[in-house]
Amino acid sequence: MPSHFLGNSVKLDNVYIASTGTTCGPLEFLGPLGSYFDKGYDDYHCGEKSFEQAERKMLRDSLDICLKREKMKPKDVDIYVGGDLMNQITTVNYLARELPQPFLGIYSACSSFCLSMAVASLMIEGGFIDQAVSMVSSHNATAERQYRYPVEYGVQKKATTTFTATGAISTLLSNKPSDVRVESVTFGRVIDYSQDDPNDMGRAMAPAAYDTITTHFQDLKRSFQDYDLVVTGDLSTYGHKILKEMMQRNKMDVVRYNDCGCMLYDLTKQEVFQGGSGCACSGLVTMGYLYPLLKEGKYKRVLIVATGALLSPVMTAQKDTIPCIAHAISLEVVK
Amino acid sequence: MNYIMAFLFSGFVCFLAQMIYDNSKLTPGHITSLFVVLGSFLDLFHIYDKFVEIFHAGALIPITSFGHSLMHGAMAATEEYGIFGIAMGMFDLTAAGISAAILFSFLVAIIFKPKS
Repeated sequence: MPSHFLGNSVKLDNVYIASTGTTCGPLEFLGPLGSYFDKGYDDYHCGEKSFEQAERKMLRDSLDICLKREKMKPKDVDIYVGGDLMNQITTVNYLARELPQPFLGIYSACSSFCLSMAVASLMIEGGFIDQAVSMVSSHNATAERQYRYPVEYGVQKKATTTFTATGAISTLLSNKPSDVRVESVTFGRVIDYSQDDPNDMGRAMAPAAYDTITTHFQDLKRSFQDYDLVVTGDLSTYGHKILKEMMQRNKMDVVRYNDCGCMLYDLTKQEVFQGGSGCACSGLVTMGYLYPLLKEGKYKRVLIVATGALLSPVMTAQKDTIPCIAHAISLEVVK
Repeated sequence: MNYIMAFLFSGFVCFLAQMIYDNSKLTPGHITSLFVVLGSFLDLFHIYDKFVEIFHAGALIPITSFGHSLMHGAMAATEEYGIFGIAMGMFDLTAAGISAAILFSFLVAIIFKPKS
């Protein structure tokens, strides 16, 4: 059987988005896209005892909303794929205790959203399964502690910091035709430009995003003109600027490009420093905001390049640099 | 006048720390340790003692004063016991501060439950 990979990308023919569920925290709900999300919580504890349990509750709620829309039961899904930002991908692994079907835990930092979508899509495209749920979550308080300092410690934030988005996204992918389909995926390479500051991840991740975008365009012989919108996951204002510059220097015509981290919040009014980050950032913008617009036909085809900084705090303490990755999926309206 | 002097010195120390934090990759922990070392170093020729005379509380409140007290305690005990005095006297003057820290963290831990 010949390989379906074109370079690092695959074109897909029968993977459709059946339904989604998005839940978000207080800041995201008050942000410019707040009205697009299915459910918002007005505090970070979501009525639970700890932030970890709060994150799990958000994910569980998003999964419930997602399955209810299609009137499905958790048993009807063939496989669950998911990831989050904590050690031992705590949220999804612990939630998976409640799932009656196989679970595939993945980790790719903030790019877990695109990776879980891509992995689930490939399994459906290969004909191994009919339906899969991709789920990701991130929570500001749990992720900040994981990578930098506990929020309770109250450390002064640097101006270059990004703000981990609080939210959870579940997406039901299926081989049954619907309005929007996953059209292609591109897997990223790990890129390290020797940046070692965990408070400045946007700049560290920009080269990885650049690599994946150019690979995607080369593999599929496309350019920015073929997309109604290209979004990167969480480069924030700094990383966004650097990526644009990198592309312009290499004579790429950058049009209709934006960053989810800059879209999710009102950067002038909300205190999120350089913008949003985390799995939930690209997930909420894509599934909460872009997906309905695709369904309405406002966009025909969009490219989502979720970026991830694969740093480990232990290695940061050992003065190692930060490896970064970006995975891309493109969503298209079914004609 | 005392208030102004105290404010000036304390403010200067904080300003210095903020400048370091903003313009370097040092963490708050690094900077605090740095100022403790700086304080004890300034005890050379009793420089820090002069600061305390001029700026009063302004020089006693910042963390630099902790380094200065460590040094003082160690030096005083050294005069009595020789080299072993360094270990014996180091925490003489700071004992109250350290004990208070332990006591209050204990009290806070009883009232609140650490979760993360």
